[in-house]
Amino acid sequence: MSPVANPGGRQPPVAATADAREELAREAAIISRILSGERELFHDLIRPCERGLYLAAYAIVLNEADAEDIAQDAVIKAFKGLKNFRGEARFSTWLMSIALNEARSRWRKSSGVQMDYLDDCEESGGDYTPAVLADWRYIPSQELERKELRQALREAIAKLSPEYREVLILRDVRGLSIAETAAATGANEGLVKVRLFRARLAMQKLLAPTLGPKQRGFMGWLTRKAGGQ
Amino acid sequence: MTLDCKHVWSQVSEYIDGSVSPEIREAIERHLANCRHCSAVYDSTRNILVLAGDERTFEIPAGFGDRLHGHLQTWLDSADSSA
Repeated sequence: MSPVANPGGRQPPVAATADAREELAREAAIISRILSGERELFHDLIRPCERGLYLAAYAIVLNEADAEDIAQDAVIKAFKGLKNFRGEARFSTWLMSIALNEARSRWRKSSGVQMDYLDDCEESGGDYTPAVLADWRYIPSQELERKELRQALREAIAKLSPEYREVLILRDVRGLSIAETAAATGANEGLVKVRLFRARLAMQKLLAPTLGPKQRGFMGWLTRKAGGQ
Repeated sequence: MTLDCKHVWSQVSEYIDGSVSPEIREAIERHLANCRHCSAVYDSTRNILVLAGDERTFEIPAGFGDRLHGHLQTWLDSADSSA
């Protein structure tokens, strides 16, 4: 059993890519041209960021229409604030942080709940425990063709609190590195790791018993879902 | 180094990320080889994350990109005309 740095095999962490500097330099060159007046190039700059932008917003609001609205606002805010982008992180990370802030602001207004992410001091993993199984049947990715499984995954993520949801979605769904997730969320890397640990174990606890093997069986679960039980 | 089940659970997230020390990694792998419960915890957690990371799980709404660029272009045009 070997650990997997990027569970989904998605976008590699910026620090791990050999051409990271080249990528940052390419972005810087485009940004420089945009700031010099070639504003249409902003379309090219945001094109690779579309999925991350949407997911960052969706992670908080859990609503497609709101996430899209937030993404559109974030793009305009990014354009207006482009001269303040310092190039310390990827442009996509910066754009996601704008979308997250906008989403948090809307979520705060609609829910009336404060999200003081940066002030909390969760230093340890606490006593989060996984679902302890006797066995586990591997679920092949082809099973995702079944909309019930996709729905179950989305519902489980939706049950996480927003601060856990955002790190899980940025790290495990979008495939950002820990450092990039920290940069996008404004939390330090230690806090990101703690939240990720809790979010992952919560996902395991929510899903493994029902998707698992012998106790009830995935097919049995699907049958129960189809039967509305 | 010997780890009990709770220690393994506390490290499973960083183990999945490949960010534990070589010593811890070796101890975890030794434990997983002999503990079917922890092995199931690791396998299920990792598998669920792989499935969550599949692009089919969270699909971008159809036409999202077109609407995003359309909105941007409309804003750029209006900024031009008001300048």
